[in-house]
Amino acid sequence: MNHTSFAECSARERIDALLDPASFEEWLPPADRVMSPHLALLGVPAAFDDGVAVGRGRLDGREVFIAAQEGAFMGGGVGEVHGAKLTGWLRRALRDRPAVVLLLAESGGVRLHEANAGLIGVSEVMRAVLDVRAAGIPVVVLIGGANGCFGGMGIVARCADRVVMSDVARLSMSGPEVIEASNGVEEFDSRDRALVWRTTGGKHRFLTGDCDALVEDDVAAFRAAAVAALAGAARPVTLASLEAEHALLAGRLADAPPDADAFTLWRGLGVADPHRVPDLDVAAVRALVEDRA
Amino acid sequence: MSTAGIETLQYEFPGRHPASAFAPVLVGVVSSGNLEVLVEPAPGSDRCTFRIETSARGFGAIWEAVVRDFHARHGLSGATVSIHDMGATPAVVSLRLDQAARGVTGARP
Repeated sequence: MNHTSFAECSARERIDALLDPASFEEWLPPADRVMSPHLALLGVPAAFDDGVAVGRGRLDGREVFIAAQEGAFMGGGVGEVHGAKLTGWLRRALRDRPAVVLLLAESGGVRLHEANAGLIGVSEVMRAVLDVRAAGIPVVVLIGGANGCFGGMGIVARCADRVVMSDVARLSMSGPEVIEASNGVEEFDSRDRALVWRTTGGKHRFLTGDCDALVEDDVAAFRAAAVAALAGAARPVTLASLEAEHALLAGRLADAPPDADAFTLWRGLGVADPHRVPDLDVAAVRALVEDRA
Repeated sequence: MSTAGIETLQYEFPGRHPASAFAPVLVGVVSSGNLEVLVEPAPGSDRCTFRIETSARGFGAIWEAVVRDFHARHGLSGATVSIHDMGATPAVVSLRLDQAARGVTGARP
């Protein structure tokens, strides 16, 4: 079996690798030139697709919607057009009712060059994700790019039905540099890669239940996780589910000592030897969660 | 409208090899030291036109040499090549152009 790193693929390569061969139909493709109206004013070159490809295709023979953010263009930052493409794509899902909606997220969050237009764009994406979920169509966010999934897109990911991550992926709200800049290096050393990964990485998110599936950094593993998601039912947001989530988070906060590190948290979650976790491979981390269940 | 910082360059050459019908081809990503190249059919034209938007101002002579070299090798006819550049080196530009030309002719990279 050939191994192809998901992290090293471009957004378009990820789409092609996930879907059935040659089945991707793109909306607002690069030749349509739906581009940022803001970047040229700042002397920054635009991208023909504003850093995101949206459309539909087939997965295991079923019609699915798929979108992918290009992390190499402005860190996957969500500008006005980028956000509007995602929102329109999600709203179309309400009409066309695909089997599943797949968002391959790679983003530092709002594109700061576009300020409020980007912030509004991300909030519209969140609203649209929740509308699609409410309509009973599962939304799955897959995270495996080198830039991770941060800021507003981190919130979008946690608005979805399911999250799939590789062990090299990261998911959080404020990124490491942001935390260090606002709270000091004593609080969080953004250059400490081990600290960054055990606080935001795929293994941590999987152990805490913030992500539903942990996979290898391999396009075939991501495709298999997407196919598995076809069989999963939507998880509509209900008052009971929200209250249960709030109770879980409140309990986690109450149990954590003031100087809590991921190691302390993992031990509290029933991991007997938390200091071994960073050295474990994906299968071994999955086994930890299966043993606990 | 003023687009401070971005320089726009345009070149046009008579083509030699008419491209058969092809879907637009996009290669590369706009990022530091990189560029994206979009090649589209221009039905009825016997020329190959280049339109370049770059954040690195003042390198027109080098761009002209690079696209002339590309055109001398491929001689596409009835095609437009649009580029968004963020300071790619001439070697990277040539590689991306060749990658795009392979997408047009259908050859596997």
